[in-house]
Amino acid sequence: MAKISIKKLCLYYNGHQALRSINLDVTDKEIMAVIGPANSGKSSLLRALNRMYEIDYARISGEILLDGMDIFDIPINDLRRRIGIVFATPVVLPGSIRKNLSYGPKLHRRIGKAEVDELVYNALKSANLWDEVKDRLDDSASRLSGGQQQRLCIARTLAMHPEVILMDEPCSGLDPVSTAKIEATMLELKKDYTFVLVTNNTKQAARVSDRTAFFLLGELIEVGKTQKIFTRPVDTRTDDYIRGRFG
Amino acid sequence: MTFRIGPRTSQIIAYTILLLMTVIVVVVLFFIIFYILRNGVGQLTLEFLTDKTREMGKEGGILPSILGTIFITVFAILIATPLGVGSAVYLVEYTRGGMIRRIISFGADCLAGVPSIIFGLFGFIFFVITMNLGWSIVSGGLTLAVMIIPTIIRTAEEAIKSVPHSYREISYSLGGGKLDTIIRVVLPTALPGILTGIILGIGRAVGETAAVIFTAGSSLGLPTSVFSSTRTLAVHFYILAREGISMPKAYGTAAVLIIIILAINFIAYRLMHRFIARYY
Amino acid sequence: MKDKIAEKVLLFIALSAILSLALITFFIFQQGIPLIFKAGLANFFSVKWAPTRAGFGILSMIVGSLMVTIGALAVGVPFGLAGAIFLAEFSSKAIQKTLKPVIELLAGIPSVVYGFIGIVILVPFIRNTFGGPGFSVLAASIILGIMILPTIVSISYDALRAVPSTYREGSYAVGATKWQTVVMLLIPAARSGIVAGIILGMGRAIGETMAVIMIAGNALKIPGSILDSVRTLTSTIALELGYAAGDHRAALFACGSILFFIIIILNIIAIRITGRK
Repeated sequence: MAKISIKKLCLYYNGHQALRSINLDVTDKEIMAVIGPANSGKSSLLRALNRMYEIDYARISGEILLDGMDIFDIPINDLRRRIGIVFATPVVLPGSIRKNLSYGPKLHRRIGKAEVDELVYNALKSANLWDEVKDRLDDSASRLSGGQQQRLCIARTLAMHPEVILMDEPCSGLDPVSTAKIEATMLELKKDYTFVLVTNNTKQAARVSDRTAFFLLGELIEVGKTQKIFTRPVDTRTDDYIRGRFG
Repeated sequence: MTFRIGPRTSQIIAYTILLLMTVIVVVVLFFIIFYILRNGVGQLTLEFLTDKTREMGKEGGILPSILGTIFITVFAILIATPLGVGSAVYLVEYTRGGMIRRIISFGADCLAGVPSIIFGLFGFIFFVITMNLGWSIVSGGLTLAVMIIPTIIRTAEEAIKSVPHSYREISYSLGGGKLDTIIRVVLPTALPGILTGIILGIGRAVGETAAVIFTAGSSLGLPTSVFSSTRTLAVHFYILAREGISMPKAYGTAAVLIIIILAINFIAYRLMHRFIARYY
Repeated sequence: MKDKIAEKVLLFIALSAILSLALITFFIFQQGIPLIFKAGLANFFSVKWAPTRAGFGILSMIVGSLMVTIGALAVGVPFGLAGAIFLAEFSSKAIQKTLKPVIELLAGIPSVVYGFIGIVILVPFIRNTFGGPGFSVLAASIILGIMILPTIVSISYDALRAVPSTYREGSYAVGATKWQTVVMLLIPAARSGIVAGIILGMGRAIGETMAVIMIAGNALKIPGSILDSVRTLTSTIALELGYAAGDHRAALFACGSILFFIIIILNIIAIRITGRK
């Protein structure tokens, strides 16, 4: 069964339609890459999956199922705990590294100090950040470099033990070394988590993803095994995009 | 043909005049502060600050007025802070333009422009007489609270607005509700800015005369409860100066007022700077 | 659920300012307006103020309030505008950073302190230099002029700073001096903000009480010159409220109603001009 099942999904930002009747399944424990030029609806798709679109005052129609259950039947804070998101620009909350990591879990339940320590360790370890920051967990998170901040954001998402992690162009502002570290982290985490990765970097999609979906102007053009999409796409528009003819 | 001043010359003349006028403004300010402090600091003995007021203020100290000022100001801040900050939160987080926002904004802006004597009249007829609270710390405090609400709303609103939108987004994405986000992310981040508003409100309350003299009265006894009438420092100073009871004591009281105001402005300035340094 | 409750509670809190304003309006008018009709407009707008003997004429106070307000603007507007222009256009970041708090401090000094400075320095100075009692329209105008400076400076400053810097660059690019740019471009562009600042300053001047009582002399007649004593609406309220009863107290609230009405009109004009969202 699909981890996430999207049926006839449409999304509107006051009058403007950003997604047009999308049907897409995301399999459990895979990395699904979503590619496409600007305004293709990639980010809108992510924001629909954990209902972040609601704070933009957008509307949707259609159906999204998580483990077969309609996401609108899941309490919103629970849904967002289960489907985490990492944004393009790393945004650390004011305060220490530790505080950033414990923020999410503390929203959902009371936790003691020992548990916080454990959760901080696990999250940072999984995000490949522990060795770099273990001696300054109580320093302000804003002092970290851009790449470290983005990995902290991933760790912050991991700290909530999500099932699905949405990545919205997570490496767009980062240097190649930081990008490589994040890609490596994703590949390691794949055994435990399902990823939906929106990226403008087609090479990144080719490097890390299992399957790739190509979006154009709010429509899903084509989806399939990454290797197939990149070598033998069915639609010529997919081919044109991948070969850099537009976008 | 008339003589024409060239653009360069007019620039120099204008600059000189503007500079001169600005200097005059600054000099006047420093002169006022310096003059009061020079004449008043000599009065500031421990006895003056801790003694009861005797013979209408001709003798003794200003302890009752210091206590009265503190009680009334604290009371006013305790009432005004939740109202002011709550209003600001509502304005920024819960309204997107529209009628309600305009009405609330209009109320705050108008209230900010109402002169203190009107607050005095209102406090007198509403709190003192209609609600039968008498001349008291409660009446004075409530009146001042109404007066400083707009100050707190405006500063808190600016502070809350300047919290980056992305912080809120992060909090929501981690499963936080609106209230969680406001309490755990928005308010702590905006805290220095909010405190600045509260401190400016304290400054207004401490220096106020017209609004308290008709609501808290001018009793010189030590306040025993929140229903005691009391005389704030500013009112005491006004009576000393206007009735010519004692010039040395008037200077002393004025010096205390000025020192408080300087301290308050300094703290507000520092807080604001820490806030700005963090986000801009 | 708790978010819904929080929103309701906050909405209720947020209405506190407008509710306060409504309460103030209601109580001031309810206490004051009936007397105006009881006394009759002819009586109310006469010069005979003897409220314990049915003389409710407030004309001399209205004239007094207007005189000191105009006087205050005459002092405060040139200095305030000069300060704002200097600060916004002719000074470095460092000077702006020092002067802004100084101006704000000026706003923080209690009005009684201004009044006191008036008594001990300005009044004797006027008495010795120009003659007359010293307690005068002139003294009140100067002190009020200083008191409204911060309002005028800070609002005009903001208005000037809000003019896009591309305007300035365009003007310098065609060879205009700074001063020419200020006069021909910036002041016209910032006009509405500057006017709003002046109107709010006017509101402060007309509403100021304690400082005016201390230095204006408070004589109950229309002043013949700026060196004469003067009494304003606000002074009358503050001087007599302590002991007034019955119609006399109502008459003071009537003064308050007139004052409040003027202030609200000025506020609305200023809010309209600045076009707050």
